[in-house]
Amino acid sequence: MARRNKPGFLAGALLALSLPITVNAQQSTDPIRIAYIEPLSGAFANVGDAGLKHFRFAADMINQQGGVMGRKFEIVPMDNKQSASESTQLLQRAIDDDIPFVTQGNGSNVAGALVQAVDRNNRRNEDNRILFLNYAAVDPALTNDQCSFYHFRFDASSDIKLEALTNYMAEQEGIKKVFLINQDYSHGHVISELAKKMLNEKRPDIEIAGDVLHPIGQVRDFSPYVARIKQSGADSVITGNWGNDLSLLVRAADNAGLDVDFYTYYGGGLGTPAAVGERGEDSLHQITTWHADVNVDENLTDYEKWFTDFKQRYPEIDWYYHQIYNQMFMLKAAIEEAGTTDAVPVAKALEGMTFDSPTGTVTLREKDHQMIQPMYISVMDSDAKYDADNSGLGFRTVAKIPAEEATVPTTCEMQRP
Amino acid sequence: MLETIAFSLLNGLLYGMLLFMLSSGLTLIFGMMGVLNFAHASFYMLGAYFAYTVGSVTGFWVALFLAPILVGMIGAAVERFGLRHVHKHGHVPELLFTFGLAYVIDELVSLFWGTVPVPYRMPDSLDFTLFTMFGIDYPAFKVFILAVSVVMFVVLYILLKKTRAGLIIQASLSRPDMVSALGHNVPQVFMWVFAIGCALAGLGGVVGGIHLVTEPGMAFLMGPIVFVVVVLGGLGSVPGALIASIVIGVLQTLALSVDFSLAGLFSSVEVSRDSFFSTLWYMDSLRLAPVLPFLLLVLTLIFRPRGLMGKREA
Repeated sequence: MARRNKPGFLAGALLALSLPITVNAQQSTDPIRIAYIEPLSGAFANVGDAGLKHFRFAADMINQQGGVMGRKFEIVPMDNKQSASESTQLLQRAIDDDIPFVTQGNGSNVAGALVQAVDRNNRRNEDNRILFLNYAAVDPALTNDQCSFYHFRFDASSDIKLEALTNYMAEQEGIKKVFLINQDYSHGHVISELAKKMLNEKRPDIEIAGDVLHPIGQVRDFSPYVARIKQSGADSVITGNWGNDLSLLVRAADNAGLDVDFYTYYGGGLGTPAAVGERGEDSLHQITTWHADVNVDENLTDYEKWFTDFKQRYPEIDWYYHQIYNQMFMLKAAIEEAGTTDAVPVAKALEGMTFDSPTGTVTLREKDHQMIQPMYISVMDSDAKYDADNSGLGFRTVAKIPAEEATVPTTCEMQRP
Repeated sequence: MLETIAFSLLNGLLYGMLLFMLSSGLTLIFGMMGVLNFAHASFYMLGAYFAYTVGSVTGFWVALFLAPILVGMIGAAVERFGLRHVHKHGHVPELLFTFGLAYVIDELVSLFWGTVPVPYRMPDSLDFTLFTMFGIDYPAFKVFILAVSVVMFVVLYILLKKTRAGLIIQASLSRPDMVSALGHNVPQVFMWVFAIGCALAGLGGVVGGIHLVTEPGMAFLMGPIVFVVVVLGGLGSVPGALIASIVIGVLQTLALSVDFSLAGLFSSVEVSRDSFFSTLWYMDSLRLAPVLPFLLLVLTLIFRPRGLMGKREA
């Protein structure tokens, strides 16, 4: 028996000895994968596809500069069809595939489901934890009541954006009546509630002429809503709509000759400027972490080259998600600091990290993992150097809010491992 | 109040006519061939993209004719080389075939034109305000949509009811053997019907792509609603589709423009805020409007399965 088993034992021992070595060797050259869970089909496919191109571009740029500890970033696209339940299934697949990072941003309802699923997995499955990097879902709950150690938000949260936007609006003497129209889900609800509250505090004389929620991604004809805005006599509209819901709204307003100022979150990108056209000039405002002409105004030559290189590679869209730049470089820095891709050390490295972003120093607030960064309010303008979406119009900054002012307190009480 | 009703009627009529342009082709194909074409909205999308591309070379007015013809030719090819072979296996393979086709067309459109909306705009000759009512402008283009759909209805109606071709088409459905014994090529008739149906969707796309946004998600956005129109109007009935479109358009805009809820209608009845039914009771029409067409669809299938003017059961 013993003799017969000897070769087997030897082989086994050799295999066992060689195993750790090959695993180590694999780890040092394998790409660092990031699961990208976004709609790649259906009504918001254009938005999900644009985000994917941003991530791929940023990953390639970092890889060309030598990658992260000799390893390369790899983006793994997963189509969630804008559904929260589908997203949690895809998350499970990412975990099963040992992907250490997941990123998502379209739809705070989806982000909320992902935060819960990530938390649950990381509690139960300590040797296979995953980090959730959120580049665009802006519901404040994600960094307040629902905050999680494993979630980081690189975009400004909805209340920070609204704080800045209402500060600006409060200074505009011409604004007398404001109409709120938003998508009927968490993100839209938050804007509707907070906008009323903040405007009431800052300018009690401004009347809220209307407050409407509409189903997300289902309205084809916005002209009845536009008729309501017209009848209410509003001079300004605040909307958190994105994708087609914004394009169709502004287009219907344009068709009806509705002369109001739009204050939007997402007016500057992903097809909206192309759909809106020249009549958005001087009326379509947006609040963002950055826009193309910031590069010109602030003389950011390196970042301008980044922008034009992206345009060269993907002529049909523009570099729009500035957060993705910050996110990818900060993730790289955190992995290098931690020396591993394990969730807990990387999260600890990210917590409180400051980073020299092109727009100035930004900080991932330790308390709730919210990025604190400068914000810009801009308006559509045909004189801008860079067109948005090849529309012939770009954006001109009307207000810059420094990082220390673009912040609101948090109620987050984070459980740390 | 008068203002609100006038708005809703006009907006509803315009939206309804756009729906009719989309669904008339589907009702024609469904009624004549018994094929439920899941890819119909994709042909609508093709119409918009073709018109954008052709129009950037030839101008809008040429594209208005060329784009539907191109879509019709693709439709003919789909019938001749795809659907005809699937047809003999029955309804389910047919359904699956068109279902898959919808995804293929979507993917091709994203490949050729990209995923962001294309700047497909109305021609300058239609870019002006025709009239203003209660302070809201009505662009000439919206009225143009109305005119195109009316012409479409009249032509379609005359073609089916008053011409020899219409007679053969209708006979091919119920008595294909007799029609072919009389020397007509029945498969070819079917090919023509399918091509015309697709061309109609394409025409809807040419004007709808301007009014709405031309992007690869537009087929998915419009897909479900055209089926509601076809079922509500009655299978194969073009006048039925017209009425159903206008009913849906007007009802939906009315629900969006007038605030009412069950609580408001029956204000004498008190329903406790925390009871099970309170959500439904206090739900205002604004929240209800988007599901209204689908509610109508369900009610039609339960109480009048053949639709408003259909002759056969759905």
